Amino acid sequence: MSEADNNLVRIRNLHFSRGHSKIFNGIDIDIPKGKITAIMGPSGTGKTTLLKLIGGQLKPQKGTIHFHGENIPAMKTKKLYEVRKKMGMLFQSGALLTDMSVFDNIAFPMREHTELPEVMIRDMVLMKLQAVGLRGARDLNPSQLSGGMARRVALARAIALDPEMILYDEPFTGQDPISMGVLVQLIRSMNDALELTSVIVSHDIQETLAIADKIYIISQGKIVGHGDPQEMNQSDSPWINQFVHGEADGPVPFHYPARSYKDDMLAGQ
Amino acid sequence: MFDWFAQFGNKTIEFFARLGKEVLLFIQTVLAFVPLLLRPALIVQQLFSIGVRSMLLIIVSGFFVGMVLGLQGYNTLVDFGAEESLGVVVALSLVRELGPVVTALLFAGRAGSALTAEIGLMKATEQLSGLEMMAVNPVERILAPRLLAGIISMPLLAAMFSAVGIFGGYLVGVDLLGVDEGAYWSQMQAKVDFDQDIVNGVIKSVVFGIVTTWIAVYEGYTCVPTSEGVSGATTRTVVYSALVVLGLDFLLTALMLE
Ligand SMILES: Nc1ncnc2c1ncn2[C@@H]1O[C@H](COP(=O)(O)OP(=O)(O)OP(=O)(O)O)[C@@H](O)[C@H]1O
Ligand SMILES: [Mg+2]
Repeated sequence: MSEADNNLVRIRNLHFSRGHSKIFNGIDIDIPKGKITAIMGPSGTGKTTLLKLIGGQLKPQKGTIHFHGENIPAMKTKKLYEVRKKMGMLFQSGALLTDMSVFDNIAFPMREHTELPEVMIRDMVLMKLQAVGLRGARDLNPSQLSGGMARRVALARAIALDPEMILYDEPFTGQDPISMGVLVQLIRSMNDALELTSVIVSHDIQETLAIADKIYIISQGKIVGHGDPQEMNQSDSPWINQFVHGEADGPVPFHYPARSYKDDMLAGQ
Repeated sequence: MFDWFAQFGNKTIEFFARLGKEVLLFIQTVLAFVPLLLRPALIVQQLFSIGVRSMLLIIVSGFFVGMVLGLQGYNTLVDFGAEESLGVVVALSLVRELGPVVTALLFAGRAGSALTAEIGLMKATEQLSGLEMMAVNPVERILAPRLLAGIISMPLLAAMFSAVGIFGGYLVGVDLLGVDEGAYWSQMQAKVDFDQDIVNGVIKSVVFGIVTTWIAVYEGYTCVPTSEGVSGATTRTVVYSALVVLGLDFLLTALMLE
């Protein structure tokens, strides 16, 4: 267990299926403390599912997910909620509470979990909003935000309680080049300044390679490659090569599993 | 043959598993009432959107139902020369039956459907998942205040319904049809019993408050998180509430008349 000391999360032999489709077929992942780990893979491979497994929202059929040395799937509800206070999660959809303003959304976790006076909460909320460039949008409702703005608000909310670990589900999608650059900077600097541990799920290869310390590529329920960005760029594994360079041909399938194209077309006649 | 048997067994097991989960969720929600008492603002907010916002509907409906009772009651009683008892008829019908039952049916349509849609949409847009990941238990933060507010609102709304109805009956019976005003009120006062009638009516409305609000909250929380899922759940809330309220009303009445 000596190696476990610098791994905040340690996933071993994880199996998960939804109905008949197997999503993970025995994967091992280590998420080192204080580093940025990226999880990449084609759409629909289960990256969001993996984050939900780490957050304890889904239970695997087999395998362990240790966080600080404790197995998340085995936790009782109460313990799980304690552990979640140490995690922040940025949802792919934002998941903002629609019945309150941007300001109240970010204040929400502070009001729920701390006894801080309102003046202090106000200062903290404004700081978080400033970091994502949306201090001026504090009085808007989530329905008045664009997709990219909503995601930045969700990011501000995920960091509201200064968690130990943040799970980012596609933080860059829908961002213009400027806010993208700012977000990359923000994630990196938060990680370094606050000694956070970050997990990023993303398709944006260049941005991800630029900030990640460690990368896992998942495809068809397996880890098909992992390493640091340099190793990824130079790898001769066809799986990694195809993904990193965005080629259509290769072992990573673009198509959702199906019978042959020809059979399907002919079946209609 | 055996296939059929196995299927039947499976369905039965599934049914009881679901029932068990529902009961468990109900217990968790009710247990969450205790910490909720420390945060009355959450309850007040729900009392407003569940209770206060249903008031207009309940008051207007109660008024019309009371007026109809006045008309129908007078027509029947006058044949026996007993129109003096109109006040008793109106009051007893409202307090014992129509108040709790009609209020519950209207409540399910007005507040119950809104609750299901609200919670269902929160689920569909991952807001409930979001709460979980913020270490806020949606059972405690979303379900419990709504259920408690529904249980508190229902008897109050039913009482308003009955009170306004009695006034409606008075307008029609006394002002329009000429029943003696003194008789209307004094007979009512003499014949409506506190324990027998009022308390039983309140018990009914509390029970209806629990079941209709629970059905609404549960359907929303367990709905399929899509547009069709939410719309189906909303319909089920209204249909199940109506059936359960009418069925329970018969059962409770039978028990109370024992
Ligand atoms: N609620 C659900 N019920 C059934 N199957 C689901 C559900 N959610 C996801 N899936 C399936 O699980 C698989 C993995 O989904 P997931 O959302 O984790 O993919 P992803 O890697 O995050 O994709 P993307 O990059 O497009 O967000 C998909 O094939 C999807 O069909
Ligand atoms: Mg995803």
